[in-house]
Amino acid sequence: MSNLVGYRRSYPGTQPNHLHPPYVSSIKRAPSRSPVYLPHTLSEVTGPVFDSSIVEAKACDLTHQHHGDPLGERIIVSGRVLDENGRPVPHTLVEIWQANAAGRYRHKVDQHDAPLDPNFTGTGHTLTDANGHYRFVTIRPGEYPWRNHYNAWRPAHIHFSLFGPAFATRLVTQMFFPGDPLIPFDPIFNCTADEKARNRLISLFDWETTIPEQALGYKFDIVLAGRDATPWEK
Amino acid sequence: MSLQATTSQTVGPYFLIGLQWLFVDNLAGQGVTGERVEIAGRVLDADGQGVPDAMLELWQANSAGKYAHPEDTQEKPIEKGFQGFGRIPTADDGSFRFSTVKPGRVPGPDGKLQAPHIDVSVFMRGLLRRLVTRIYFPDEPANAEDYALSLVEPSRRATLIARKSPGREGMLEWNVVLQGPEETVFFDV
Repeated sequence: MSNLVGYRRSYPGTQPNHLHPPYVSSIKRAPSRSPVYLPHTLSEVTGPVFDSSIVEAKACDLTHQHHGDPLGERIIVSGRVLDENGRPVPHTLVEIWQANAAGRYRHKVDQHDAPLDPNFTGTGHTLTDANGHYRFVTIRPGEYPWRNHYNAWRPAHIHFSLFGPAFATRLVTQMFFPGDPLIPFDPIFNCTADEKARNRLISLFDWETTIPEQALGYKFDIVLAGRDATPWEK
Repeated sequence: MSLQATTSQTVGPYFLIGLQWLFVDNLAGQGVTGERVEIAGRVLDADGQGVPDAMLELWQANSAGKYAHPEDTQEKPIEKGFQGFGRIPTADDGSFRFSTVKPGRVPGPDGKLQAPHIDVSVFMRGLLRRLVTRIYFPDEPANAEDYALSLVEPSRRATLIARKSPGREGMLEWNVVLQGPEETVFFDV
């Protein structure tokens, strides 16, 4: 335990600050004091392990969770989960949630005047395979208005939640769609200073995973914090 | 090969639909040994208002001080079925509650054992990335020599230590205060 290797800290500018005033909700919720730097201990290099026993087989296909087909454009969202050293992150839990095609979430707080879809819940999960690959079948989420500022609209997005191998690698993010005209105006997308880092949240249209006469493919690779130095391999 | 970790984004107001399937508010089911504790508190914003749309995730060792994780190679017992993970939402008034066993001491980087603690991630609408903090336990002599607590200025350490609920055995109170004089200490991990 004495030769414990921690995980890398983020590159400057590639992660948002907690306070980002254009995102109004951050003002009363972002801490005002700087966080205390904590070198990683055994508590941070370990983390919850989830195995296939908790994963429901149908959970990776959001278009087949009800009796009928959901409305909207079917899409395949797939990619790899890697660490900063370029290594795949195998068998890690990926959870997603999203609005339906009309831009409405199946959540009691969402009062947007757009229809719910009885055939779409908008949630899924899966484990990455041995090479870090994941794949979801879903429908393209709609854009929707919110009350952050006058005439505010969220670009279409899918929420992603990942664990990785350790408490230190936990990540929640959002995936956007290429060509969405709302992206440059979204204060949540814009919260990160580094433009390249921001733009990596935009998925790529992908012919390879597009299924003829079925569904367009979008590729979204996700990178989790990597080990600070290469640990000894057995 | 060197990549950069993907940018964090907020969980937003609707995370319940995607994350509630994995809610765990009892980290110590049958067969898990140790001192039972129930920890309750509130998440409070800059105005002292409860945050109704927050979520806490918990990560802890068992009562012997061993994590259910392959990198914990200590030769200590661990109960079958003990995972050490919890995930709980806040209620409309910002309150939360979970039950568990008090974790044992795990090794620290300074060669000493750390004081019993639970790692906590806090997510909510308005937070662009998670907050990380720890829950420590009251009446715990090991707190005085704990590695992470020693990094915190003494006047703020109390924000990390749960308080006993008078007259209620096994009940502890611990709050997440986002701003103000009682602001909780958060860690950069």
